[in-house]
Amino acid sequence: MRVRYLARKAGFYLIALWGALTLNFFLPRLIPGNPVEALLARMSQTGNPPAGEYQALQALLGLGGSNIFAQYAHYLDQLAHLNFGVSITNFPVPVTSIIASALPWTIVLVGTATVLAFLVGTALGALAGWKRNKWLDMLVPSTTFLTAMPYFWLALLLLYLFAVVVRVLPLSGGYDSTLTIGWSGPFITSALQHAILPAATIVLAQLGGWLLGMRNMTLTTLSEDYVVAAEAKGLSPRRVLVRYAARNAILPSFTGFAISLGFVVSGSIIMEIVFSYPGIGYELLQAVQNSDYALMQGIFLVITIAVLAANFVVDMLYVFIDPRTRQAS
Amino acid sequence: MSIASPTEVLGAVPATRPAGGLGRRLRAATRRLRDSPRMLAGVIIIAFFVLVAVFGPMFVHNPNAFVGPALAGPTAKFWLGTTQSGQSVLSQLIVSARSTLEVGLAAAVIATAVALAIGVGGGFIGGISDDALNLLTNVILVIPVLPLMIIVSAYLKSGGLGPMIFVIALTSWAGSARVLRGMTLSLRSRDYALAARVSGERTWRIVVVEVLPNLSAFIVSGFIFTVIFAILTQAGLAFIGLASPDTLTWGNMLYFAQNDEALSSGAWWWFVPPGLCIALVGTGLSLINFGLDEILNPRLRTYKVPKGR
Repeated sequence: MRVRYLARKAGFYLIALWGALTLNFFLPRLIPGNPVEALLARMSQTGNPPAGEYQALQALLGLGGSNIFAQYAHYLDQLAHLNFGVSITNFPVPVTSIIASALPWTIVLVGTATVLAFLVGTALGALAGWKRNKWLDMLVPSTTFLTAMPYFWLALLLLYLFAVVVRVLPLSGGYDSTLTIGWSGPFITSALQHAILPAATIVLAQLGGWLLGMRNMTLTTLSEDYVVAAEAKGLSPRRVLVRYAARNAILPSFTGFAISLGFVVSGSIIMEIVFSYPGIGYELLQAVQNSDYALMQGIFLVITIAVLAANFVVDMLYVFIDPRTRQAS
Repeated sequence: MSIASPTEVLGAVPATRPAGGLGRRLRAATRRLRDSPRMLAGVIIIAFFVLVAVFGPMFVHNPNAFVGPALAGPTAKFWLGTTQSGQSVLSQLIVSARSTLEVGLAAAVIATAVALAIGVGGGFIGGISDDALNLLTNVILVIPVLPLMIIVSAYLKSGGLGPMIFVIALTSWAGSARVLRGMTLSLRSRDYALAARVSGERTWRIVVVEVLPNLSAFIVSGFIFTVIFAILTQAGLAFIGLASPDTLTWGNMLYFAQNDEALSSGAWWWFVPPGLCIALVGTGLSLINFGLDEILNPRLRTYKVPKGR
């Protein structure tokens, strides 16, 4: 049963990946004119394009070759060999090395902030549900406001307060550009300083969602018979909350958390742009502004794979956490 | 995440349609509003912005006209100050209200129609077409939408609001469709739906008369979520310069403010109001949805904390 369930899930994610790849294949057809020639013309301005670049670009954008099926096959072949082509923005750096240098920034910053937001939000949510109608629960509507505001605007506000009005934190970037990247004290201090505001933005923007979800699930769980039974047994309130209510209420939040880990790579694109933070989102905007189709496609692919992989891992974990999924299949 | 999963809410679906005429329903609705202060607050906020969007633009002059000194703070003449080129921020804000809400509404209408067709249609027809539609829904749900939209907007950059509405709608129907399909699967096998079928009613009549009314709260809730999503997405795309600058929206105002360095020149009156408006509209709509949630999920409503905790 378990094997069949996993096989079905794996099949689904393969189909989803194929769907995304195919979408990616058709998108460049929307560009008016001949993008390949436009790209080559731009490359020639900064240096000589490598031999065979015309064919490579055609294949990558799915435009060369005789018929559409041959183009499609060639496109998949290029991807299978991780051949994303050369970036125009930073000509002639390969797309793969641009992505490789941007990914760590995004993963460390957004990853840490996502974990923090989940831990704090879930703990506060459980408390708010437990002490319903007390002061903490009264704060819940204000988290609605936090969640509803555009998070790039929150970033602007924080920047204005802490980098313009009170000049304690840097205005943009991921580190002091006079320093060289490495494990040196000054560099790490500088990177940490630059990370405070972006991280605070993510934590504040995501907190409300976790808080509300956990509060509502705690309320739902609190009316279950086993919680009433635990209270009737005379267990301490803390034990009832932690071991009986919160433990069961956290299941949906946990799923959401695992999925949001997949969105670490893509979830804060606009935040990175506000702070000019050297991550994947910032590179994507650079690519879009420079009509750097190869880089765009490469980044989209990396983001898609990250999200699909996270979802797949969640589904696999769920088989072990929640026995009901086994019976359902 | 905030859309409850079908299995979670199935228990809350009334087994019969609520009886009674329009007057009685209206009275019931007013009672609900009174009982749920959150929903009331949400309705008031949204009503205010809708009024501004509908009637406001009649009372302001051309929002792009250079009417005052550059980058001046709030004064008696310009309540929210002026932009870098001396345009009135308040005029821009009011004119933007209309186009921003238009994007939200239009995208949500299209997305809800698609969700209904695919969710309810698939759930009711069943068989292989349902399987295919369900697969499509799930695939759209897991594909990362924002980077996709950034790329598509880059390709369609010259278009106005129309293409953007379309792109947002086509990427945001899947969540509702999944909820609606789950509900439909459950409703179509209820006794009253079977009875209607046995008595020879046509399929479309069963869908419209027996199934849709029981889905209405979920349709409204999904619709509201899509409005919020569309407004936030449009603002985000506009902010990074991927919307046509010809139509003023709150997102576009933020883009101009950011580009003309309103931040470092301390012109808070330029970049605070548009974001605040987006946040308020989003809050109002969320509050309405919480009210709906309390109606749909009785456990959130009826649970009373025992004393002594």
